[in-house]
Amino acid sequence: MKRGGLARRQAILFYAFVSPWIIGFLAFYIGPMIASFYLSLTSYEIIQPGEWVGLGNYGLLLTGDSLFWHSMSITAVYSALRIPLGLLIALGIALLLNQQLRGMSIYRTIYFLPTLLPAVASSILWVWVFEPNYGVLNNGLALVGVQGPRWLGDVDWALYAMVIMSLWGFGGAMIIFLAGLQGVPRTLYEAAMIDGANRWARFWNVTFPMISPVFFFNLVLGTIGAMQVFGEAYVVGMAGPGPGGPANATLFYYVLYLYTTAFTYLRMGYGAAMAWVLFLLILLLTGLNFVVGRRWVYYAG
Amino acid sequence: MNRAHVRPATAVPIRRTVRVDAILSRATGYLVVLALAALMLMPLSWMVSTSLKELHDVYTYPPSWIPKTVVWSNYPTALTTFPFLKYLGNTLIITATTVIGTLVSSCLVAYGFARLPAPGRGFLFILLLSTMMLPGQVTIIPLFILYTKLGWVNTYLPLIVPSWFAAGAFYVFLLRQFFLTIPNELSDAARVDGAGELVILTRVILPLSRPALLTVIVFSFMQHWNDFWGPLIFLQKEDTYTLSLGLAMFLTSIGSGMGRQWNLMMAASFVVMVPIIALFFFAQRYFIEGIALTGLKG
Repeated sequence: MKRGGLARRQAILFYAFVSPWIIGFLAFYIGPMIASFYLSLTSYEIIQPGEWVGLGNYGLLLTGDSLFWHSMSITAVYSALRIPLGLLIALGIALLLNQQLRGMSIYRTIYFLPTLLPAVASSILWVWVFEPNYGVLNNGLALVGVQGPRWLGDVDWALYAMVIMSLWGFGGAMIIFLAGLQGVPRTLYEAAMIDGANRWARFWNVTFPMISPVFFFNLVLGTIGAMQVFGEAYVVGMAGPGPGGPANATLFYYVLYLYTTAFTYLRMGYGAAMAWVLFLLILLLTGLNFVVGRRWVYYAG
Repeated sequence: MNRAHVRPATAVPIRRTVRVDAILSRATGYLVVLALAALMLMPLSWMVSTSLKELHDVYTYPPSWIPKTVVWSNYPTALTTFPFLKYLGNTLIITATTVIGTLVSSCLVAYGFARLPAPGRGFLFILLLSTMMLPGQVTIIPLFILYTKLGWVNTYLPLIVPSWFAAGAFYVFLLRQFFLTIPNELSDAARVDGAGELVILTRVILPLSRPALLTVIVFSFMQHWNDFWGPLIFLQKEDTYTLSLGLAMFLTSIGSGMGRQWNLMMAASFVVMVPIIALFFFAQRYFIEGIALTGLKG
């Protein structure tokens, strides 16, 4: 009787303590999600009440909207470059730093800092770095005899410039890799060395399997992040050669399209449908990562 | 058993190659790490350099790293060209209230998840974690409509209120993980002395959770100081802008192409970065621990 009383008391207290989150969850997640899905089935435009259009928004988006495919392909190419490059650099540098190099904490600080800086300020900085004539990048390239492109002002280069900019922020993934690497037991390496495994073999047979869950985590997080790029693209678009310039067309990321649809043209029903397509795509990619991950992610214990 | 016989013969060459290997890889390691550090710092030093130049010096070819004359007055000029102090005040109000809200609500909720068993707790925790996966774009449109109807647009409420309801699942998760590491005996002892759960939380758990609390403070400060998406959507009147938003708008107002005053732009952008840089240097440990925790336990 007494035990049951305690359990009940604790359960009541649990719900009391957690109630702020439950209210928040209903008000800021579940409620808006339902509303957003409903909106996506209408032609709601804030100034005028919408009409029920069923799956019309989705149909138009997938079959009749060239901007949808345009912005999706930009986002896809960008992600396909940024995610693997970012992971590779982050892992490579983490491996280097993990060799107990002297001054390791200083390098870690330097590499990590850019990830924390406000996106607006650092994007503005990069626009200036990429400036074709007076910017530091092209002048550095000129020193080694390379004529740099017009970067953000060039249709063929703008996306690569954005990828380079994103790589400046590899530090977050690197810190996570470092934490993972520090968790690999030394004895495993010693055992591998006794067996005569070289560096490469040690990496593939010890290090990689042991940090594969961390690698997986970074991959999933990186994918979600790359799909949602917004601030950088917005600022670069504003700072670039002006609205309507090549940078605007080539950097028309999906979330930027969503933002202009919903908040510039106030087509909120259509925007909501766009958001759901993004959400489903992220779920799909995450699910795919999990399915494929089962083949290469190793969970010790 | 056979192996034991073979081992001594090969042991010496293996050790030698391992040593040469180690020295070589260390040398290249230092080289790569140093070169990359220089590369990483280049944009920031370029920013500071430009921020101290005269405008014609900015547009001199080839550009130099060292300003011909160091113009400190670019900073006051930049910060008076747009209402910097106003935006700073707005940003501070938003960050301060969201950090406090996050801290208070996340501690309560995390304590519940860590210490109070109840039916449905596991399920709710999974729900909590799953909110981290939901892209903000899905909820933003209905929230905007709701806030418009409530008259909250152009106020700070859309940015502040969610933090008081533990909307940042990451912070709850982080605190819960930390609370779990505190021995139960401590709270049991307090319970025997007749302390209620709230007293246990504030008198026993929180004093032992300083590192976790600092991590939450540091991250939520950074999150709201840097936030652009929220202010861009909910703050449309100029006098409500935050620094990030104001900076982006300032960019369009200083001309374009050759006439653009990059020295002022760099000065203003650098000032917006400085609090984060300073915070990072003082609280680096908490940033690194927080990030590492997400990777290892997430």
